[in-house]
Amino acid sequence: MKTDEWDYIIEPEGKVRFYNLTELKKYKDLIFLFVKRDFVSMYKQTILGPVWVVIQPILTTLIFTIVFGRIAHIETGVPSVIFFLIGVVVWTYFADCVTKTSETFIQNQNIFGKVYFPRLAVPVSVIITNLIKFGIHLLVFFVVYLYFFADGGNAYFGPTYYLALVPFALLALAMLGMGTGILIAAMTTKYKDLRFLVQFAIQLGLYVTPVVYPLNAVDEKFQWILLINPVAGLLETFKLAFFGADFAVFSWYQFGYCMVSSFVILAIGMSVFRRVERTFMDSI
Amino acid sequence: MSSKSLSIENLAKQYRLGQFGTGTISHDLNRLWYKIRGKEDPYLSVTESNDRQTKGKSDYVWALRDVSFDLNQGDVLGIIGKNGAGKSTLLKIMSRITAPTRGKISIKGRMSSLLEVGTGFHPELTGKENVYLNGAILGMTKKEVARKLDEIVDFSGCARYIDTPVKRYSSGMIVRLGFAVAAHLESEILVVDEVLAVGDQEFQNKCIGKMKDISKGGRTVLFVSHNISSVRSLCTKGLLIENGVSAYFGDVSSAIERYLKTGISEQKFFVDRSAVSERIGNGQMKIETLEIFVNGQPSAVSMIGDLITIRLKVTSLALSRFKIAIHIFNFAEICVSNIENVDSGFLPDPFAGERIFEISFRDFRLYPDQYTLGFWIGDKVSEETFDYAKNCIGLNVIEGSAIVKRSLPKNSGMVFLTPEWKSLNPG
Repeated sequence: MKTDEWDYIIEPEGKVRFYNLTELKKYKDLIFLFVKRDFVSMYKQTILGPVWVVIQPILTTLIFTIVFGRIAHIETGVPSVIFFLIGVVVWTYFADCVTKTSETFIQNQNIFGKVYFPRLAVPVSVIITNLIKFGIHLLVFFVVYLYFFADGGNAYFGPTYYLALVPFALLALAMLGMGTGILIAAMTTKYKDLRFLVQFAIQLGLYVTPVVYPLNAVDEKFQWILLINPVAGLLETFKLAFFGADFAVFSWYQFGYCMVSSFVILAIGMSVFRRVERTFMDSI
Repeated sequence: MSSKSLSIENLAKQYRLGQFGTGTISHDLNRLWYKIRGKEDPYLSVTESNDRQTKGKSDYVWALRDVSFDLNQGDVLGIIGKNGAGKSTLLKIMSRITAPTRGKISIKGRMSSLLEVGTGFHPELTGKENVYLNGAILGMTKKEVARKLDEIVDFSGCARYIDTPVKRYSSGMIVRLGFAVAAHLESEILVVDEVLAVGDQEFQNKCIGKMKDISKGGRTVLFVSHNISSVRSLCTKGLLIENGVSAYFGDVSSAIERYLKTGISEQKFFVDRSAVSERIGNGQMKIETLEIFVNGQPSAVSMIGDLITIRLKVTSLALSRFKIAIHIFNFAEICVSNIENVDSGFLPDPFAGERIFEISFRDFRLYPDQYTLGFWIGDKVSEETFDYAKNCIGLNVIEGSAIVKRSLPKNSGMVFLTPEWKSLNPG
C-alpha cells in the first residue's frame, strides 16, 4: 500500500463546491432512523396518537370553510371544502418543510457538536417525514374528494390528464421547501433574527399563496405578481389536476418556471449549507 | 505493517473572542471587500497566540497553530496539555465538527470520534432503537449494528431493559449503553476524549480496559486526557500542546516529562508576607517569608516520594516560648495533616530577632491532589496566636512518580503507604 493514498482529507473551506451526495447515500440508514425517531416520538404519550396527523388539516379546512366560505363568501368554484383542503394540504407540506428544516442547526447543535455525519441527513429526513405526513393528508383529501365527486350534482369538475404532473409538482415542492429551509438554517447560525422572521413570513405566506382564494378570482393583470411565488404555481398545478382547467391558472411557462426556480433554490441552499455546516459550531 | 494512517500538516484554527452578534455584518462585509480585491482575510493577520492568562489586543486568537504530525497504523497517541491549550480544538477538527482555518488532515480508513457517549439518544425510544440510532449516528450501517446487537447489549449489562424507553433508565444505564455502542465501532482510527470515562469506578475501569483492548488490536487511537497515568499506560506516542502550538511530539514518556515540567513555573513557591499588615494574631512573632523546595529545587510541584523542604523566616519581638504548626488541606478542604514541631522532637529556644526554620519531608507520601498549606505560630502553653498564615501557599502533587506502579485515581485514597509484605507458611 502506498503511503500517499488517503481516503479522506480535511481541509479549510475554499471555493464553493457542491454537495457530496455519495457520502450522504452511505448514511441512508441514519436518515431512515431519524424519520422513524420523529414519527415514534411525535405523538408519544398523547391520547389520540397518530390521529393528530389527520386532525390538523381537517380542523384547519373546517375553519377556513366557515370563515372564508360561509362568512366572507369567497367564491371557490368547486365545493369549498375540497378547495380549501387541497390548499391546506399543499401549503402545510411546504410550510412544515421550511420551518422544520430551518431549525436544523439550532435543534441539533448537541449532536452536531459531538459527532460527524453529513449534516444534510437531518433536513433530508425532515423532508421524508413530512412527505409521509403529506401522503396521509392526500389520502384524507381523496376520501373527501371522492365523496363530492360521487355526488352526481358535482359533475362540473373532475380529474384531468394533468394528474401526471402531480409527482413533478410534489418533487418541486419538496425541493423548494428544503432549499428555502436549509438556506434559512445556514443563515440563522450567524443572524439569529431570521428565526423570528421565518415564523412571521410563513404565516403571511399563506395569504400570498392562493390557499384561501382562487387565483383566477384575482385581476389577470396582477396574477403574475402572485405567481412569482413558486408555491402558488405548484398549488395551481394540483388544482388543475384534480379540478380541471376552469378552476386553476396554468401555463407550461409557469410550470417550467416553478420547476426551474425550485431546483435553483435547492442548489443555492445546498451550496450555502455546505459552507456553513463545517464551521457553524464556532458561531452558534 | 507500519504504514501511515494519519497525517496532519500545519493545522491551524482561528477563533473569535468575546460577544458575537454585534459587528458580525461589518466584519463580514470587510472580509468580502478584501476577497473581491483578491487579498487574504484581514482578520487572519491580527490574530494572536492563545495564551489564556494575558488579555490580548485582538478579538481573534489562534486556538491552534501549525500543528503537524504523522501517525502510523497501530499508534496510540496521547494528547496532553493544560486546560485551554487547544486539545479539544484539535479533537473537534479531527472529528470534523468544525473545519480548520488552515492546514490539512489526511486520513486513511474510517475514522470515528467519541467525544461523548450516547450522542443522539432519544428518551422516548427503547434501548434497542437507541442502539440502532446511536450506531447509525456514529457511522455504522443497520446491518453492522444488527450483527453486533447481542454483543452490545451484553457489554452494557442492560439486557433486561432493552425494550424499555430510555427515559426510564438510570443515568448510569444510559452511559453504559452508549459506551457499549461506541466500543463496538469497527473504524480504523478512533478519536477518544477522556471525559468518556464517566460513571462509577467499576465502569470507568471497564472503559479504560476496553480502550486498552482496542489499542492492542492494531488500530490507530488518538486519546485526549489530563490523567497522566492513563496516558502513560495506554499510549505509545505523546503530543504536548502548549498555547495552541505543538510543543513536543514523540515518545510518550518524554512528552509527559515535558508536560510535568511546564507546570512548575506556574506554581508559586515563594511567598513574602513582610508587607502584609492585617494579620491574625497579636504579632509578637511574625512569619515573614515562605519557600518551598522539591528535591532541592525551588518548586511547588512534587510527586510521591520526593523530598519537600519548607523554609520559614520568622521574626520575634521578644523572647517568648512558642510552637509552630503546619496545616495541610487538600482540594476538598479537608485537613489532611496537622503537624507541630513537638511531633518531631524539635524544641527551639526562644529568640529575639530573625530566624529561619527549615522543615523537610523525606519521602513525601500524600496522594496526587492540590494542597494548600497553612502555618501557625503561637504561645507554647496558652496557645495564644502570634501569627497565622492561613492557606498561604499551594503544593501540587502530581502523578507520574517512579515509585508508584499503578494509577492513583482522585478520591481513591489520601496517603500512599508501602508497608512491608511477607508470605508465611501456616504452622
